[in-house]
Amino acid sequence: MAAGVAAWLPFARAAAIGWMPVANLPMPVAPAEKNKRQDELIVLNVSGRRFQTWRNTLDRYPDTLLGSSEKEFFYNEETKEYFFDRDPDVFRSVLNFYRTGKLHYPRYECISSYDEELAFFGIVPEIIGDCCYEEYKDRKRENAERLQDDQEDNKDAKLPNMTFRETMWRAFENPHTSTMALVFYYVTGFFIAVSVITNVVETVPCGSAPNQKEVPCGERYTVAFFCMDTACVMIFTVEYLMRLFAAPSRYRFMRSVMSIIDVVAILPYYIGLVMTDNEDVSGAFVTLRVFRVFRIFKFSRHSQGLRILGYTLKSCASELGFLLFSLTMAIIIFATVMFYAEKGSSSSKFTSIPASFWYTIVTMTTLGYGDMVPKTIAGKIFGSICSLSGVLVIALPVPVIVSNFSRIYHQNQRADKRRAQKVQKARLARIRISKTGSSNAFLHSKRNGLFNEALELTQLPYKMNLSDQSSTEDDQRLSKSTSLLESQHHHLLHCLEKTTNHEFVDEQYYQQSYLEAGLQSYPSRSPSLSSQDGVTGTCCSRRSKKHHGALANASAPAHMKPLAHTHTHQQGLQELSTIHIQPLSTSRSSLNMRVDDPAPLNCQSSQITTAIISIPTPPVTTPEGDAHLPAGPTHQNIVKVSAL
Amino acid sequence: MAAPSKRSQWREELQHFRKDHGFSKKVLLNCCLVRRIVTWASPNLKDSVEDELELSAVRHRPEGLEQLESQTRFSRKELQILYRGFKNECPSGIVNEDTFKDIYSQFFPQGDASTYAHFLFNAFDTDHNGSVSFEDFVMGLSILLRGTVQEKLNWAFNLYDINKDGYITKEEMLDIMKAIYDMMGKCTYPVLKEETPRQHVEVFFQKMDKNRDGVVTIDEFIDCCQNDENIMRSMHLFENVL
Repeated sequence: MAAGVAAWLPFARAAAIGWMPVANLPMPVAPAEKNKRQDELIVLNVSGRRFQTWRNTLDRYPDTLLGSSEKEFFYNEETKEYFFDRDPDVFRSVLNFYRTGKLHYPRYECISSYDEELAFFGIVPEIIGDCCYEEYKDRKRENAERLQDDQEDNKDAKLPNMTFRETMWRAFENPHTSTMALVFYYVTGFFIAVSVITNVVETVPCGSAPNQKEVPCGERYTVAFFCMDTACVMIFTVEYLMRLFAAPSRYRFMRSVMSIIDVVAILPYYIGLVMTDNEDVSGAFVTLRVFRVFRIFKFSRHSQGLRILGYTLKSCASELGFLLFSLTMAIIIFATVMFYAEKGSSSSKFTSIPASFWYTIVTMTTLGYGDMVPKTIAGKIFGSICSLSGVLVIALPVPVIVSNFSRIYHQNQRADKRRAQKVQKARLARIRISKTGSSNAFLHSKRNGLFNEALELTQLPYKMNLSDQSSTEDDQRLSKSTSLLESQHHHLLHCLEKTTNHEFVDEQYYQQSYLEAGLQSYPSRSPSLSSQDGVTGTCCSRRSKKHHGALANASAPAHMKPLAHTHTHQQGLQELSTIHIQPLSTSRSSLNMRVDDPAPLNCQSSQITTAIISIPTPPVTTPEGDAHLPAGPTHQNIVKVSAL
Repeated sequence: MAAPSKRSQWREELQHFRKDHGFSKKVLLNCCLVRRIVTWASPNLKDSVEDELELSAVRHRPEGLEQLESQTRFSRKELQILYRGFKNECPSGIVNEDTFKDIYSQFFPQGDASTYAHFLFNAFDTDHNGSVSFEDFVMGLSILLRGTVQEKLNWAFNLYDINKDGYITKEEMLDIMKAIYDMMGKCTYPVLKEETPRQHVEVFFQKMDKNRDGVVTIDEFIDCCQNDENIMRSMHLFENVL
């Protein structure tokens, strides 16, 4: 039970007097407080700092250390206080949990020490309040990552029995593992740089013979450059093949970005080898050489920052898309305007709207080459508006991208978020369990305390003399399993059961009984009371579907209609008696028998029909039954959906 | 000459104002117009701000311990315990209906206790001001825990009589009954049927309504309850709650 309202339990119990005139059954006896002691102050000495609180405050959570008898282990006889050799600062939060019912996580506290304290005092971290829960989870995740990183570093020690292939792969992925890997790493890096520089220098015009025009170095020293290129491509090819061999999943490796870059980097050379002699496609061949520049992307294996940049751009795809889209819109608008503004002027460069695109882009990005300038006044006005708006349009999405980058760089990756979502689900599940725990506790204690209840529930006049003796045993048994607060709460729920003459059951049993009852296609029902022996039977359990909300009105009225005729209940009993009840509930059925003793109930067999309500009243005369019949149909047409 | 009328006076002042501050007539008119529009658009601006301040500043301090001691049948210590629990849950000193419903619902995890809590709230809120202060709370508890059987039955009658007209009609009783059954939730054995509350109400009226006029008056109620052994016994059930 939520302990924050433990103080209101007396109120809830007092208010239960409101049920009494309505109830038709006698109420169970209240749990006696055998030693009704006044609430006393307890002193908790935590490493020298004394905390004081009421004993009742601690009793609110009986499944923690301080709320249960476990704290007696820490009781110090001489000083008459409970001594804990723990951190007093964290204990503050723990004690506040008892006082207010909410557990807070102090931000200055180290997460692992906090966890330890919670574990010591038997408090589940999932009940940290919403105000502090995110912070707690974030810190926990960071901590876990840190520990994981440490572990991974330790893990780099070479495992004895790795295959050659695995060794190679590890060498490729982590160059720091062995000297060979490091050498390989630097060699490939060197050759990437050489290749890129070669490509660049190839186009620089070298000195030429005095009477010839300048030629680029590539054409002058063709053989040298060709040899250089070949060497680089050899190295890259060998590297690619080695990676392909070592990769644990070759298919996945071939699909990865880096391998695609590798392939694109070396392919032009081979295509060039094949196609050199054909003049027609030499133009295309020249274009292919452009792809050699992709070799520079191979550097991203060597640089973490490049990878993060790439990842950022990938994750900011939506912002980039928005930037592009808004720019396009603005360009089109302004290009159109400029075109029509400059249409009048002669020798205008703005020959068409697409031609104005160039001007608009150059102006909006505040480049201003000056190759196209407006000459008319209207054109100049719109041109200035264009440049001003360009600044705005570009400045807006850029900070988003920047913040995205920093966010990704500092915080969690996507995989961690996915992990966190799973944890969130687990947390909610645990909270749900603890909530249902309170109702389950009641059902549990009902089953366990059957014997006690059986004693209590028999008529009081008979047991008046014996009750004193037996009650002490019962109390002892009760107090062993439940605290006083719990037993009082259970007594309250028990009173409610008696008032309504229904019992609380758990979800499972309810589903079962509902399914079983639903299987019976017993169409009609009879009004509550019959004249025969006070037995009431209602056979149509379809109406219980109302509680499920979904089917509320669909099936219910269909069953309400064929309602006028009554069925005898003996027949009903026989038919429904084939329903078997789980052994788990035989105790319940026996409880039923005892409970309903005052009422002339018919459910004698342990195979109890699930659909029979008994309203144990003194036998009702026939007019009452008749009076019900006409009233019956009208009642059913009103399908009231309960608040559930 | 007679004193200038208010309107001309206002006009003069306005002219002075304009001259002093160098506003043109047009600007001034616009200002007034704007202000008019603003006040028209948000007439309650001033009031709502004050209301909000009031709400947040509501703190209720109960009467002194001695007074409560004399008014109720609780001892000093009991009042102390009660107040501590009360104030812990409601630091502002009063309970409004939503908090009340929350608190009461925590005791009945399987069902929906909000309707019944609503009726309870009305029963405790004797002066019907929408909130239960500690005095209301304690008065109610005093009757329930320490009152005579007559008083308790009176209180129960008051609870059932939703519109406080002195009669319990079948509709009122049905509402109360439904609220009680709602607290059971849906996972019950036997499965809760729709006409169970109605049947229960019928039984109740059968017992209580002696002259068959369709309503139960306070005398019929008390009379009947006093003749019923079960009810009498259960009235004493919670006497040692505190």
